[in-house]
Amino acid sequence: MRGSEKFLAPSLRHLMGTDNFGRDIFSRVLKGAGSTLRIALGTVAIGAVLGTAIGALTGYFGGAVDEAFMRLNDAITAFPSMLLALVFISILGSGSLNVILALGIVFIPSFARVTRTAFASLRDANYVKSARLMGAGSGRILFVHMLPNTLQVLLPAVTIGFNNAVLAEASMSYLGIGSMSSLGYMLSDAQGVITSAPWYAMGTGLVIVLLIFGVGLIGEGLNRGEWEEGV
Amino acid sequence: MLEIMDLHVRFHSRRHEAVGGISLTIHDGEILGLVGESGSGKSVTAMSVAGLLPRRQCDYSGRIFLDGAELLHADRADLRKMQGRDIGVVFQEPMSAMDPLMKIGDQVEETLRIHTDLTAGERRARAVAALRDVELPEPEKICGSYPHELSGGMLQRVMIAAAIVSHPKLLLLDEPTTALDVTIQAQILELLRKLNGEYGMSMLFISHNLKVVHRLCGRVAVMQKGLLVEEGDTDHVFHHPESDYTRRLIAAIPTRTRKEEPDSE
Repeated sequence: MRGSEKFLAPSLRHLMGTDNFGRDIFSRVLKGAGSTLRIALGTVAIGAVLGTAIGALTGYFGGAVDEAFMRLNDAITAFPSMLLALVFISILGSGSLNVILALGIVFIPSFARVTRTAFASLRDANYVKSARLMGAGSGRILFVHMLPNTLQVLLPAVTIGFNNAVLAEASMSYLGIGSMSSLGYMLSDAQGVITSAPWYAMGTGLVIVLLIFGVGLIGEGLNRGEWEEGV
Repeated sequence: MLEIMDLHVRFHSRRHEAVGGISLTIHDGEILGLVGESGSGKSVTAMSVAGLLPRRQCDYSGRIFLDGAELLHADRADLRKMQGRDIGVVFQEPMSAMDPLMKIGDQVEETLRIHTDLTAGERRARAVAALRDVELPEPEKICGSYPHELSGGMLQRVMIAAAIVSHPKLLLLDEPTTALDVTIQAQILELLRKLNGEYGMSMLFISHNLKVVHRLCGRVAVMQKGLLVEEGDTDHVFHHPESDYTRRLIAAIPTRTRKEEPDSE
């Protein structure tokens, strides 16, 4: 970081140029991608674990609890997710842990719905009945017999969810909530100088695009691998 | 051994009773055949014995005793202790009755894992023995394979092995041979007869095929519209049927000279 090197165009010395304080954008992007990934991972972890648990229980047992949860789900989904996350942030306070928590909660319903459908369709499968006839308890049926058979549906949901989480985190920090080092914050910074230093916005945007594209490819790969094995 | 007393079952969605007062007894080491067309209530009877009746969706009354233990009104936890350990069940469709992502060995061991404290090694030994009982070649190798790697006939043998591995008192067979072709069907019947002779295992054999029942079962009960229309020694029922319905069931068996329906295949 050098005061004399403000707004330098990309060169071998600064691969993506420098920003208004003379900081190397490429280094900032590397750091920012790290914190974006961390937050996205945390978000998906919360959303996937809780969503899968809720979806599995409601899908398997059905009944009134199922109805109640699904209507609650619909209600949450009816709000724009970003708005909902902002509401949670305003309740919880900012900071990257709270961003993870807020986004995680917002992500629960989509996982719950996918899981619920998968478990409800397996509930009456013959091998599930057969396990029940062997005296297996609900826990064993849910985790040992049903969960492995729903992974094929859950894994793509996780990778798609991860993509959405990256975008959501970038949007949140673009609005100035969450990590100061993350990509969205840089993007909002770059917006002000887009005419004088377009490489700032382009470099940052490019990394976000690459990140999402990469995770998408992982998801695609997982999906195909599953199909080949699953028969 | 198994005693069904005045069993009534009516589903909430139907007006008529699926089972309208059935009483049946299976003695130790006996194979009882339960015959009837689809919808005659034979599967509902079997479901009641196995504890698979959707209790909240139907009204039921009567009693079912297995060696003195009540099954029909037993609570879930008690029932679960008996399922698998005292009652083994074999379904019609072996393909769909196996967990596609679980190895054969683990599936055969399932009841042992649930009901006993045997070590992994002892369980595997019992599973291999059960697979040998059902005359599968190379049982050790089969333990390591997945259901989609085996044929339908082999899978039905695996199902039987999984049902007998914990030596249940009663084996419930719900149309176990219907999905198989005729030669495999004969082999499975032969196998069941052998298991019955060797272990003295009682069996409730459900089928719509009187011919198959005739080959396997000592005694037969015929059901129609939820009621028992005839019961007795298989040979006797087969040759001197008393009820009109039984007579028509027997007449429906295809013979060498007469097919059930032209172009039925």
